[in-house]
Amino acid sequence: MSNNSANSSNLVIAQKVVKQLRLEASVRRIKVSQAAADLKTFCLQNAHKDPLLMGVPSSDNPFRPPKSCALF
Amino acid sequence: MGEMDTLKKEADGLKAQIEAGRKAVNDTTMATLASGVAAAPRVQLKNRKTLKGHLAKIYGLHWSADNRHMVSASQDGKLLIWDTYTGNKVYAVPLKSSWVMSCSMAPSGNLVASGGLDNMCTIANIKGASPKTLRELDAHEGYLSHSRFLNDSEILTASGDTTCCLWDLETGKQKVIYKSHVGDCMCLAVSPDQNTFISGACDSSAKLWDIRDGGCKQTFIGHTSDINAIAFYPSGTAVITGSDDCTLKMYDLRADQEVNGYQDAALNAGVTSVSLSSSGRLIFAGYDNFNCNIWDSLKAEKVGVLSGHDNRVSCIGVPDDGLGVCTGSWDSFLKIWN
Repeated sequence: MSNNSANSSNLVIAQKVVKQLRLEASVRRIKVSQAAADLKTFCLQNAHKDPLLMGVPSSDNPFRPPKSCALF
Repeated sequence: MGEMDTLKKEADGLKAQIEAGRKAVNDTTMATLASGVAAAPRVQLKNRKTLKGHLAKIYGLHWSADNRHMVSASQDGKLLIWDTYTGNKVYAVPLKSSWVMSCSMAPSGNLVASGGLDNMCTIANIKGASPKTLRELDAHEGYLSHSRFLNDSEILTASGDTTCCLWDLETGKQKVIYKSHVGDCMCLAVSPDQNTFISGACDSSAKLWDIRDGGCKQTFIGHTSDINAIAFYPSGTAVITGSDDCTLKMYDLRADQEVNGYQDAALNAGVTSVSLSSSGRLIFAGYDNFNCNIWDSLKAEKVGVLSGHDNRVSCIGVPDDGLGVCTGSWDSFLKIWN
């Protein structure tokens, strides 16, 4: 009856949850010290190319209205 | 129900195993590692442009891959495509349903997508004489919260029906369905190499998916409320999440856990949107309290604020060339800062 079909679909859901958890439990993890060090290195190595960090010179700023210049 | 009990025991055991596995590699903190790093300069970004044109709350924005154009979506029932260098509107795409929650532009610049409470993702071609609806992707059973094009023939969507989906735009049909979340999916971000994507949901978890086979590879927990915003670190090895619990978190994919957290006791507004500067050092986070805070991703310190909106900041984006950051708000304006 309807109670049985609800029970069996809950069972199917529970089986899927367990299957997914088994997969996630088997993930190979590296040490946080290694992971964080790599992130830090990436950040610092790319810092000089980061316009928002370094500042954008007015002459190269596409969002700034160009200063008018007089031509003779 | 004997079998249910057995399964529940097994699930609890596996969760404990995962937690133990994460603890085992948790040999230091990002804070310790970053203590030797010079502080990021106090970031003082100026509002260079205010894009005016929408007549109601803005819900989404997405930069074009050309770093110049941008699409924005508002509940005034329009998508506007802007030339951000001049501030001019280039195209206006009228929407069938004004209850739009997100928009995106294809890398080619030819197509835009939008969707919301109509449960559909509508694709329009903006490169003809006038914008034309190409496809209506109609299979989600809940609202469309987010979308991102992979190319002109494939798009990823996130929905309130708890699933994400990869669609084939040639046929208009679903190619892959990503099922595992138990709460509304609110956001997604594609990895730089386009092999995986990450989703954030109202079940407080973020999940990493294999785009092609539909499998969930990893689940990241720790938030205590809906995850509204998510972004990949430019290295592709970490993700930043923003949540209604008022915090942001950095999860490293290879360590399979949270490695940094961004919170302030004084902040009691939920995070609505997140974007990163091109090196990943700066995190731009929009909050319900009308501001955008700028965080140092390594030292977890607040290094600046973008204030100027008169209502919630609902969306943020940094173009691929990293030359600026755009904020979109419920006050109907978009502001570009650098």
